[in-house]
Amino acid sequence: MIVQVFQYLAGGLMIVGGLFSLLAAVGILRLPDLYTRMHAVSKAGTMGAGLMFVAIAVVSFEVSVILRAFAGFVFLFLTMPVSAHLLARASLLAGYKPSSATDITDLDIKELEE
Amino acid sequence: MSGSEFLSIASIISLGLLTFAFLLTIIRIVRGPTLPDRVLALDLLVAIGIAYIAVGAITTGYFLYLDIAISLGLVGFLATVAFARFILHRGMKNRQIEIDEKKKEKEAAR
Repeated sequence: MIVQVFQYLAGGLMIVGGLFSLLAAVGILRLPDLYTRMHAVSKAGTMGAGLMFVAIAVVSFEVSVILRAFAGFVFLFLTMPVSAHLLARASLLAGYKPSSATDITDLDIKELEE
Repeated sequence: MSGSEFLSIASIISLGLLTFAFLLTIIRIVRGPTLPDRVLALDLLVAIGIAYIAVGAITTGYFLYLDIAISLGLVGFLATVAFARFILHRGMKNRQIEIDEKKKEKEAAR
């Protein structure tokens, strides 16, 4: 009985994770420039892959697998935003401009040129 | 419908969703106007690949795939960091050349 409940839960988590991945892909295709696309990848993309790890942890009844799934989940949630931020900083310093709809008030690009 | 039946149906649905996401990301890689756009799309591609492997681990019941997913995440992170450093260095070089040209123009105007 309890096994069935966890199987239903894992199936639901897998479908929600797939929807999150699809949302990230739609975001990367539809948003106007690099800096807005980064939102879709670093939030929805991370969630999509992370929920699959949670589904593994739920459906397997082994301590070693649960611990490894949890480690993978934490690792993914630490590294994906860091890499997205690094890429955003590098491309901003390299001179890739945001779209004209973006209003930059906190970043002074001119200061970096001097 | 028993739990294992629901699990197999859910895995088929999520694999379909992931495949669709994969195709949309590939469109961005092909179309992407600049290099950072393509690097970002590759980052998302790695995340979708991790999700694929995790679904495979659940459907086959072979949880050793989990280690492969974790190491794929590590490789993807390192690849993105390396690409970011490459973009930074290349961009700074181009920018330095522009600044030097402007200085030369100013001196020539004097």
